[in-house]
Amino acid sequence: MSTTPRALLEVRELRKHFGLKSGIFSKGAGTVHAVDDVSFSVQAGETLGIVGESGCGKSTTARLLMRLIEPDAGRVLLDGRGIGEPGAQGLSVRDARRQMQMVFQDSFASLNPRLTIEDSIAFAPIVHGLSSRQAKSRARDLLAKVGLAPERFAARYPHELSGGQRQRINIARALALEPKIVILDEAVSALDKSVEAQVLNLLLDLKTELGLTYLFISHDLNVVRYMSDRVMVMYLGKVAEIGPVDAIYGRTAHPYTSALLSAMPSMDPARRTQQPPLIGDPPSPIDPPPGCRFRTRCPYAEDVCGERDPVLAAEGGGHYVACQMKKAGSGHSAAPAPIASPPPL
Amino acid sequence: MNQTAPSAEVVAAATARGYWSTVLARLSRDKLTVTCALILLGVLLMAICAPLLAPYDPFKGSILKRLLPIGSPGYFLGTDELGRDMLSRLIFGARLSLVMGIAPVLNALVIGATLGVIAGFLGGRINTLIMRTIDVFYAFPSVLLAVAISGALGAGIFNAMVALTIVFIPPIARVTESVTTQVRGLDFVEAARASGANNFTLIRVHVLGNVLGPVFIYATSLISVSMILASGLSFLGLGTKPPEPEWGLMLNTLRTAIYLNPGVAALPGAMIFMVSICFNLMSDGLRAAMDVTQ
Amino acid sequence: MFFYFIKRLFLVIPIAISVTVVCFSLVYLAPGDPLSAILPSDASQELIDRLKQEYGLDKPIPVQYAIWLGKAVQGDLGTSIATGRPVTSELGRAISNTLILALFGSLIGFSLGVIFGTVAGYRQGTWLDKCVTAVAVAGVSVPHYWLGMVLVILFSVTWNVLPAMGAGPGGDWVWDLEHLQHVVLPAITISVIPTAIVTRTVRALVADILGREFVTALRAKGLTDFGVFWHVVKNAAPTSLAVMGVQLGYLMGGSILVETVFSWPGSGFLLNTAIFQRDIPLLQGTILVLALFFVTLNLVVDLVQTGIDPRIRRA
Repeated sequence: MSTTPRALLEVRELRKHFGLKSGIFSKGAGTVHAVDDVSFSVQAGETLGIVGESGCGKSTTARLLMRLIEPDAGRVLLDGRGIGEPGAQGLSVRDARRQMQMVFQDSFASLNPRLTIEDSIAFAPIVHGLSSRQAKSRARDLLAKVGLAPERFAARYPHELSGGQRQRINIARALALEPKIVILDEAVSALDKSVEAQVLNLLLDLKTELGLTYLFISHDLNVVRYMSDRVMVMYLGKVAEIGPVDAIYGRTAHPYTSALLSAMPSMDPARRTQQPPLIGDPPSPIDPPPGCRFRTRCPYAEDVCGERDPVLAAEGGGHYVACQMKKAGSGHSAAPAPIASPPPL
Repeated sequence: MNQTAPSAEVVAAATARGYWSTVLARLSRDKLTVTCALILLGVLLMAICAPLLAPYDPFKGSILKRLLPIGSPGYFLGTDELGRDMLSRLIFGARLSLVMGIAPVLNALVIGATLGVIAGFLGGRINTLIMRTIDVFYAFPSVLLAVAISGALGAGIFNAMVALTIVFIPPIARVTESVTTQVRGLDFVEAARASGANNFTLIRVHVLGNVLGPVFIYATSLISVSMILASGLSFLGLGTKPPEPEWGLMLNTLRTAIYLNPGVAALPGAMIFMVSICFNLMSDGLRAAMDVTQ
Repeated sequence: MFFYFIKRLFLVIPIAISVTVVCFSLVYLAPGDPLSAILPSDASQELIDRLKQEYGLDKPIPVQYAIWLGKAVQGDLGTSIATGRPVTSELGRAISNTLILALFGSLIGFSLGVIFGTVAGYRQGTWLDKCVTAVAVAGVSVPHYWLGMVLVILFSVTWNVLPAMGAGPGGDWVWDLEHLQHVVLPAITISVIPTAIVTRTVRALVADILGREFVTALRAKGLTDFGVFWHVVKNAAPTSLAVMGVQLGYLMGGSILVETVFSWPGSGFLLNTAIFQRDIPLLQGTILVLALFFVTLNLVVDLVQTGIDPRIRRA
């Protein structure tokens, strides 16, 4: 047994580029850098929030973890075993999916309209070898766990339920394989605020009860703050900042995070409009130029930002940020002075 | 009609009985569709019970009773050019006409839907291979393709049905492919894939149930065309051969009689028309009833 | 736009080549030997071999295809087995007769379809709309060869006002009253399906355009009814014309049944003859020309439509 706790999920330099095709003459009209060398890890029992604007690669990351799309490069380790890698150190995709499940944003589209609630939940256990009777009994248990009376809901169809009820079904379906990790991809974003709060509390209860680990993906910073232990901020397929929730919200290090936070509706009037809000949409992720991807919208951008890619640098306390302003000796006017190195001879 | 919110009754029915009962409940309120369905059921029963219903032997004629007009005593719908009872021939004709009209669509449904689901679900090169092959058949107008294939194969019921099957595979495959591609992209298929199911299970449980409905409706709309084309091939002499009773062929052999007994000569075509229009209207009704948006 | 045109042109080439392959393969769908139709059953082996050599049937199939295609490209579709005349000369007359028929049919179908569809689109939900819808359903459900017979019964047999058979004296099309009289019944018969389809399309288009916000805005700005109508025409015309263009192709290829009913000396009639005399070169040639015509017409319709309305760029 190693003394340092091994991460339950470890993502190393995960990359996915989508080639754009336009017709038969011009193959490759560009490449969408959806996820570009993303690395992070998740400890057992914690919730990692992932935030960013639409198109920043949050959902692609989730789908890469589930192997719903094949990564171009990088490894994903679950309990130290590489998903989709051969040998004893590897883990088959099928086994990985058993331990890691996902809840999608669109509660209606993610349920088969032709199956009853019970059949939808029982599907995965049956695929993994449970008898139909056992699977249905598990489905009913799960319905009760997510707060829906089995005798009233088991035989119904998705279109007869409300959005909140359907999302509870989706959570039950994700739990049907008794996974260790649940990826919640904008799972509450489409719900009304009052319903959202109920579902969030249900998720917190289930986490404690079942000892789950969450990857909580959302564009809503309030919700992420409420749910997460640590937060990862993504911008155009790259990690901008990652760290404990207090550090991200309290000691914000990346201009992008600051901009996001300032745009966030706040109950506290004192917190409003400290920063200029973000203007316009994020630039196209097709063939991004070298350097920091945020520099086109960054109020502090300088020449150095266009010359070099920023790398994640430690800010202390598990807080990392990818910004030239925080990197000692980067050449940015706001960067701290380089640590004096002994002069040559 | 589809835009109106479902009544409380419909919702209650759905809660109690599920999707297909809802469809049936809706259909039963659509008078036109019900009428068409009843007419078609009548024609089907007529075809099945032909020996019991027909007053005369459809093959046996009499030279003395050739081309009697409609309403002749003993011959309610008159007689044909060989003195055979028209009513009996029309009743027996329903058998071959229905089989030749419906069987090709069913065959094409099986083959075309399989191809379409494979192409749509697997995508990539397999999709390209299947769909580009199918495009070739779109280069021929359907009548020309049917005539060309059955003409090359030679006259006969079986060959005509083979030709019609080939005519209907491409459109069915194309519709299936496009519906499957849509369904494949839906979250519930992703979710099911994420639960570790293999392609076969995914298709069986999650794709087919959502694809076959629309494809089936589309196929029912083709039956009308198929009836007309099948009888058309017989009319050209490429389908059934005399003395078999079949509406298209009867139309052909009676063509010479239009100067002598126009009423009788037009009868078989009226049958084709009736069945074809009923299939068309029923297909429209089914489409409306199965369109459960929500 | 230009690149789209070029791309579309290039995409047609494999289709056209596949069409030639299908037409050529028709020979091998046929049971027995292509020569069996013209040979007496007691023909000597020597005669069979000599004929095979003469028609090139002793060579491997791909070679036969290459030879056939090479000649076809130069306008030589072989010799009709039945008449001994070149297939191209037989086809030339027949195709032009069919084209005349199809053009008249399209004209009738388009005019009626536009009138019916516009009326129904403007008067949605009324009894007039329902009548038009019923006519449209009947139009696609009616066996048109039967309708042709019914028309003959009415106009030729009962009232004796129009001729029932043929294209008129000489068998070739001439612009005179007698030939026009001959074309009336077959053209009406053949126009039934396009009438129904154009009606449906135009009705849906008109209803859609009238329901859109810009029309309401135009009305609010005080535009006259005629002004609104002009907008409807401008917006509905490209799609309606495209639908009709495609229908013209179907008429050319699908006229065989109507031509048989009226003994119209067109390509369908020729096809019928070719089938029953097992005249393979004639069969191949007719189908090839009709299919290529269909492919070309679809291409032209697509390109013209894209030229008019660049929003519609089909893959």
